[in-house]
Amino acid sequence: MKGTWQSGVGALALVGSGTALADYAYNLQTPASGVAQDVFQLHNLIMLVCLGIFVVVFTAMFYSLWKHRKSVGHQAAHFHENTTVEVIWTVIPFIILVGMAYPAARVVIDMKDTSSPDMTVKVTGFQWKWRYDYLNDGIGFYSNLSTPRQQIDGTAVKGEHYLLEVDEPMVVPVGKRVRLLVTANDVIHSWWLPAFSVKQDGIPGFIRDSWFKADQIGTYRGQCAELCGKEHGFMPIVVEVVSEPDYQAWVAKKKGAAQTAAADHGRIFEIAELMARGEKAYQANCAVCHQENGMGLPGTFPAIRGSRVATGPIADHIKVVMNGRPGTAMAAFGPRLSDADIAAVVTYQRNAWGNKMGDLAQPAEIAATRLRVAKASATQ
Amino acid sequence: MSDAAHAHPGHHTHPTGIMRWLTTTNHKDIGTMYLWFALIMLFSAGSMALLIRTELFQPGLQLVHPDFFNQLTTMHGLIMIFGAIMPAFTGFANWQVPLMLGAPDMAFPRLNNWSFWLLPAAGLMLMSSFLLPGGAAAGGWTMYPPLFIQGGISYDLTILAVHIMGLSSIMGSINIITTILNMRAPGLTLMKMPMFCWTWLITAYLLIATMPVLAGAVTMLLTDRNFGTHFFNAAGGGDPVMFQHIFWFFGHPEVYILILPAFGIVSQIIPTFSRKPLFGYASMVYATASIAILSFIVWAHHMFAVGMPVAAQLFFMFSTMLIAVPTGVKVFNWVATMWKGSLTFETPMLFAIAFVCLFTIGGFSGLVLAMAPVDIQLQDTYYVVAHFHYVLVSGALFSIFAGIYYWLPKWTGHMYDERLGKLHFWLSVIGMNIVFFPMHFLGLAGMPRRIPDYALQFTEFNQIATVGAFIFGFSQLIFLTVVLKTIRGGAKAPARVWEGAEGLEWTVPSPAPYHTFEVAPVLSK
Repeated sequence: MKGTWQSGVGALALVGSGTALADYAYNLQTPASGVAQDVFQLHNLIMLVCLGIFVVVFTAMFYSLWKHRKSVGHQAAHFHENTTVEVIWTVIPFIILVGMAYPAARVVIDMKDTSSPDMTVKVTGFQWKWRYDYLNDGIGFYSNLSTPRQQIDGTAVKGEHYLLEVDEPMVVPVGKRVRLLVTANDVIHSWWLPAFSVKQDGIPGFIRDSWFKADQIGTYRGQCAELCGKEHGFMPIVVEVVSEPDYQAWVAKKKGAAQTAAADHGRIFEIAELMARGEKAYQANCAVCHQENGMGLPGTFPAIRGSRVATGPIADHIKVVMNGRPGTAMAAFGPRLSDADIAAVVTYQRNAWGNKMGDLAQPAEIAATRLRVAKASATQ
Repeated sequence: MSDAAHAHPGHHTHPTGIMRWLTTTNHKDIGTMYLWFALIMLFSAGSMALLIRTELFQPGLQLVHPDFFNQLTTMHGLIMIFGAIMPAFTGFANWQVPLMLGAPDMAFPRLNNWSFWLLPAAGLMLMSSFLLPGGAAAGGWTMYPPLFIQGGISYDLTILAVHIMGLSSIMGSINIITTILNMRAPGLTLMKMPMFCWTWLITAYLLIATMPVLAGAVTMLLTDRNFGTHFFNAAGGGDPVMFQHIFWFFGHPEVYILILPAFGIVSQIIPTFSRKPLFGYASMVYATASIAILSFIVWAHHMFAVGMPVAAQLFFMFSTMLIAVPTGVKVFNWVATMWKGSLTFETPMLFAIAFVCLFTIGGFSGLVLAMAPVDIQLQDTYYVVAHFHYVLVSGALFSIFAGIYYWLPKWTGHMYDERLGKLHFWLSVIGMNIVFFPMHFLGLAGMPRRIPDYALQFTEFNQIATVGAFIFGFSQLIFLTVVLKTIRGGAKAPARVWEGAEGLEWTVPSPAPYHTFEVAPVLSK
């Protein structure tokens, strides 16, 4: 009896490891950090325990279903209640659980230990994109889905990383303890990267932390894991793990790009330039709700084409874009976009799809609006 | 019969037609209405599930807009839980509790009428919210703020519907508790009453304890949405996570509200078809009570990814794992009941056996999810979807099917079509596994739940699941056929429909007369 029990578990272990090796699609993704490795093994262990119990209990049940059928003439016994048996089947599961609780608790404690990081990145969830702020290096950027709409609508062939690709990935150096400060701007999001076994909800108004240390150079992909509205399925997470020199080079490049952008602030733009820039900014920030054609979605998201805002005074239009509409899905884009981008997007909305206002906004006006708002709140 | 009718002349003149159903205070009529309501809701929310599965048949957006997709998942969840499963169990309680206790009716017949008639109003509100500007609520059945604060008028309607359904549940529970505690036949002590009554007694207490908590949570949502309060808004000093704590303080006991009556039904059926008494009656009662008590201290295992202190993470992990002990006791008891019985496999027994087996799979995936570190990987993925459908479809829903086949001859006086019943069983059990088993793999591989479109590596399992969903969904039409056929005719059912059946309900004729136990029965032995 003991022999069959042991060989049974052995066979199960074989099946378990076999499926794990054959194709990761039957198990958790290949772990790429120490914690993820621990979680992977913990999951295999508990699966094995469950399979073992399942086989024992249901072998007994199906044996009974076969042997104790009325149709083969089995007479019902009339026993019931047996304290010894009942105590045994209460105590044994309890002991198994205590055995499971110990390794699980160790991993929990390791996962929650965010002390002594090598670097800290603040991750902010937006509807529907991520923002990464590198607190040590002073750089920050948004990360948007880069899969073209045509692939989603089925008018173009879907690429290899369909829905799991972004314009600006998060980049981290290999082998460094990265502490994440996760929060959100509007609703709750969840930053999930399976290969590192990190899933941390971003809660607006609060900061929670998590950490990972990537073992190997490579590109790792994940998704938002908390329902956050219409485009919840379309805000992926991509982390590129690179060598330390590559990381430093990336940081330098990012800082250079920030300086170029800063130079835009004082410039005077032509309308054609604003329209081109505005179209890009519109597609990246507005089109998911208000649609590419500016028609919105009746009942859910208002149209911009022919709307009172886009055909009314430009100052009010700028205010709506910068401050949003509290209590609705319309976010405040003031803190998110540069002066030049806000000027461009407002100009675009007033002059696209049959809106023919003919006026335009300059980055300097946006900067002035910001100043007014800051002064007003300071005097309050 | 005619003597009884003379003794109560009022019974001659009860209204007929629609007025009979609107004004009835009869527990059997009300039970029937609960069950029909549940069936209609089952088909409505089931159709939504088929739309969801159709959209997910392949990557890309083909059929529905993402916002409508979220409306479908939200309404599917709310309607299945509050419209289908809970009312079905209340329907069973209405029919069976008085019959099992030897009571003439429920304790508060008029309250009973009102408890039921609130439900169609709430159901209508939920269904009609699809027609409002902006469509139905799309924030998930869990209604998490701030997302749930963003929506339009239908979100308020959903909150109101939840309030009404909660009210109905609370009144139904008061009725059931009072009936069970006060109206048992002389000599039928608590520890002698059928297991179904025990599980419902405990369920009713859970409902009374938690429905007001849910009502509080959604009221705060309502005032945050409409009256400028900031319970869940950090900018005003509130906390979105507080909603989750309150919601799951209701939500976890709610999970057991959805499964304890199922345990009760299965505990009636397995002894009958094993022709052997339930192995450990007392330990089953204690296990049920333990599960109910534990359900109040495990809620935050739904929130491991929120980010709690280590101590809280460990506490909720350990307390959650502990639930496996009483649940295990139940499964062992059912197996021990079958052991050395004299087994036959009529449709109710088939569903009950499938329940034991498949519910246990749901229990095991629950144990996997209880491990906080593993849950971090699996929270909000298809693994969780697989887990709760194993406990709610092959658990709660299968027990409802089992109970219908088991008691329908008693209710209608006719035997159901055994061949069709078995066909329904096999298609359901095969279809159900084809839908939900692959979802474990999808979740492990990293597919989040509540997304209308997915990355290419998830395609195959999604296609398999969709095929299974259509097999499962359409085989429920067989169930409808069986029920309608049985109501209209069929072999005459005897008073004691099943050879091994024990209990007072089998001492009255089939169909059970409109009024039963007007004189309390005398218990044999």
